[in-house]
Amino acid sequence: MEDAKNNILELSHVEFSFRTYGGTVKSVRDVSFNVREGEVLGIVGESGCGKSVTAQCILRLNPEPPGFFEGGSIKYRGEEITTKKDKEMRKIRGIEIGFIFQDPMTSLNPTMKVGRQIEEVFVGRENISRKEVKQKTLEILQLVGINEPERRYNQYPHELSGGMKQRVMIAIALVGRPSIIIADEPTTSLDVTIEAQILDLLKELQQKTHTSIIMITHDLGVIAKMCDRVIVMYGGKIMEKGTAEEIFYETAHPYTAGLIKSIATLDTDKNQALVPIEGTPPDLFSPPHGCPFAARCDFAMQVCYDDLPEEYRLSDEHVTTCWLQHEYAPKVAIMMRETEEAAYE
Amino acid sequence: MSETTKTISRDQFKILGKSVEKMESIARPSLTFWKEAWRRIRLNRVAYFSLILLVAYVLLAIIAPLVSPYKFDQQDASAMREGFSAAHWLGTDNLGRDLWVRVWMGARVSLAIGFIAAIINTVIGTILGGFCGFYGGKLDMLVMRIIDVIYGIPSLIVCILVMVVLGPGIQSLIVAMVVVGWTGTCRFTRGEVYRIKEQDFVAAARVMGEPTFKIIMREIIPNIMGLLITNLTMAIPGAIFQEAFLSYIGLGIAPPNASWGVLAKEGAKMLQVAPHMLFVPAFFICTTVLALNQLGNGMRDAFDPRLRGTE
Amino acid sequence: MSKDRNQEPLFRVENLSQYFNVGRKQVLKAVDQMSFNVYKGETLGLVGESGCGKSTTGRCLVKLNQPTSGQVYYRDKDIFKQTREEEKNFRKNVQMIFQNPHSSLNPRMTVKDIVGSGMKRHGVCTEQDVDAKVEALLKRVGLNRDHISRFPHEFSGGQKQRIGIARALSVNPEFIVCDEPISALDVSIQAQVLNMLKELQDELGLTYLFIAHDLSVVKYISDRVIVMYLGTIVEYSDAEELYRNPLHPYTQVLLSSIPVADPKAVKEKQRIMVKGEIPSPINPPDCCRFAERCPYTTDICRKEIPTLREVSSCHFVACHRIS
Repeated sequence: MEDAKNNILELSHVEFSFRTYGGTVKSVRDVSFNVREGEVLGIVGESGCGKSVTAQCILRLNPEPPGFFEGGSIKYRGEEITTKKDKEMRKIRGIEIGFIFQDPMTSLNPTMKVGRQIEEVFVGRENISRKEVKQKTLEILQLVGINEPERRYNQYPHELSGGMKQRVMIAIALVGRPSIIIADEPTTSLDVTIEAQILDLLKELQQKTHTSIIMITHDLGVIAKMCDRVIVMYGGKIMEKGTAEEIFYETAHPYTAGLIKSIATLDTDKNQALVPIEGTPPDLFSPPHGCPFAARCDFAMQVCYDDLPEEYRLSDEHVTTCWLQHEYAPKVAIMMRETEEAAYE
Repeated sequence: MSETTKTISRDQFKILGKSVEKMESIARPSLTFWKEAWRRIRLNRVAYFSLILLVAYVLLAIIAPLVSPYKFDQQDASAMREGFSAAHWLGTDNLGRDLWVRVWMGARVSLAIGFIAAIINTVIGTILGGFCGFYGGKLDMLVMRIIDVIYGIPSLIVCILVMVVLGPGIQSLIVAMVVVGWTGTCRFTRGEVYRIKEQDFVAAARVMGEPTFKIIMREIIPNIMGLLITNLTMAIPGAIFQEAFLSYIGLGIAPPNASWGVLAKEGAKMLQVAPHMLFVPAFFICTTVLALNQLGNGMRDAFDPRLRGTE
Repeated sequence: MSKDRNQEPLFRVENLSQYFNVGRKQVLKAVDQMSFNVYKGETLGLVGESGCGKSTTGRCLVKLNQPTSGQVYYRDKDIFKQTREEEKNFRKNVQMIFQNPHSSLNPRMTVKDIVGSGMKRHGVCTEQDVDAKVEALLKRVGLNRDHISRFPHEFSGGQKQRIGIARALSVNPEFIVCDEPISALDVSIQAQVLNMLKELQDELGLTYLFIAHDLSVVKYISDRVIVMYLGTIVEYSDAEELYRNPLHPYTQVLLSSIPVADPKAVKEKQRIMVKGEIPSPINPPDCCRFAERCPYTTDICRKEIPTLREVSSCHFVACHRIS
């Protein structure tokens, strides 16, 4: 069972939706997971699966209205987050839980010097002098691998390259020494050599400071490199969760299997067709009744279209939400590449 | 975590596979550009109310003088400078003329001049701005310098000069207003055309061999329609106000013809004795300008694709 | 898929350069003296990171940019000196798929207009047949019939990209420049689009210039690969050979930086470290562009520009170390 003592963040049956002109969009539908001290938890999924909204829920960064919690609870060190006012959330943002945004180009204020943006984390906090704040800022700039911190401190974002800007974002997230950092696709917009540098940096910092990281990405390669445990999301729900090894080597959910099979790696043979997942993610404006993945699943059964599947526990960490685990279901090899295409119209 | 009360039968577990029709479905209803914009304006209460108000004003301007028992230049020595009453809803002026009728006759002139000047400004500004944004180069530089010069001279002085040269009257008034008024739209349109031109779908049209003329007509113009209409709506209040001002200082419409500016001028003289004579036209000028601005704002938001789906 | 190298190339690019003046005495050399050939039926991959000039090169090949110097020959004719007739033919036969699905479709046109207008212009079919042909194309790219009268904003990124592909195919072209066609898409959709591009190539005998920054994808789909850095070619060869035996230090760095979707392999992998950031293409130095970041830099690297030399059969490298 999950060690409850080590959990610093607990999400339980969280439901978050947005009111729009056409109706309510259910972006997060019954999501539950925990984050432990010192671990790197990956949340992987494609656009529209709800991973970013979930992450932003933790720090209440989603605009409310039109967003609102339809149900569930988020507890940070035992304190309930969903009911906190904005003033109370400010005590948590930056200091207890940090956030690295996806696009450094647009996440940094172009009219403010870099040093000042990092120091903003400390605005409104007592017990800390200006001198100490600047000291911490210079330290953190050095820590994230920015040479000549004094010079960079006084520069504006446009004077920095993409990789440097992202390092500044990491500095902003880390300077308050938070217990958890949420990294929302931190390397998606970076070139591959810079991405490798940034991921190495994050890994190094994580090991040094023992911070927990929630790494949100759509790139399985990043997951393999960085994460201890992984959550796979689709259509606003969790499809599978487990350790990284279990997810990659003992894949239990057809969606995860589909993701892994559809990636071209350096070892993929040219004559071997990639196995894509046909179709498009569901519009959460009117989510399907049963399993959200059924319409695109090679192994979908009638029950999958009719009802939401239950959770099945396969090991201490490994849980999958799929009807294939039911005793009535046939045994199938979901990772096989030559699958029969049964198209149901 | 599950509805354990529901029984599940074995035959629900036969493998069916994916559903071709469900996997690409689009759930939301399809709306064209105009329907979407209209829907958004209706949601914006201030803009919607402004629209209704303006429509009411236009209808009154057309109908009120026709159904009123009084003529706009009908003087009545016995009922001079009267306040609001059942006989004269908005009172009378210093020659006994019914203000209600005069306001709506004045509305015809003010609104018409406002619309016409704004339309001419928008057309000139859009065409010039479009060329500048699309072709750039020397034409662009020339037009921008001209605009800089025009901005440098106080527009009032230009208006006065034009009126002096051309003499009084509605035509000269419109010419005077147009000479300086096209610059704003020109700049807006130039920027927007330039932005659209750089988008990939225009590049795709070029790669497909679409001639320049077709590109302008099919790719660029439909995408600036929203902006165009917003510009037009925002140009009208300026024109109305400018006409009112020019008439107020005696350069515009001459009595006994009425425009709101003329009425305001007459009212100003009588401020001590019959304040309603000033306040009535002033009220209409202000509410019209305000309503047009609010409607223009609402339209700008309604046509902005980035705001789609956020309400 | 053997490509007869002795045949005349479909496209011949000679010393292509694209420079931009960005200020007083500041010249941005986006593309600098590039030469390469594209043969009929092959997929030529063009790979590199941001600022390397790959997109600019692609746009030159479809006549969207006028190069500062150099020539581009399509079937032996200079494309920048075409007659009206030749240009019309060029436009029908050379098409492009764009990177950003959200800006490559006219928001005010329906799918039918977007896909059908090219057909009408080039006389691929008659007015009456347009509907039927558009529907057939949409079906081919995996969309439904009822999508034909919808507007771009109603579709997801992957669907929009497929509409873009349908548009490129609508005029039965011979050559398609694919400018990062899958970068903006989700992983599972990338696979769909890649498969589709491959199938279409086999079915219709298409030739592709496939521009991307993702090496795994480029390796999967390409026959030959060109690696670019700051506007120049640093290495090119057959795809298999390049990945089996990368010679240029930059190619080696690129290959080792790719995040691998396999936790065990990640632990075993040796990464080749590279210092610093990608330098700006403005006023580049007159020596090897990669010298400041290369782990193996020597004196000569900082003095002379290396020339592209054939090191083994069809494997070219521009590096002083490899002679």
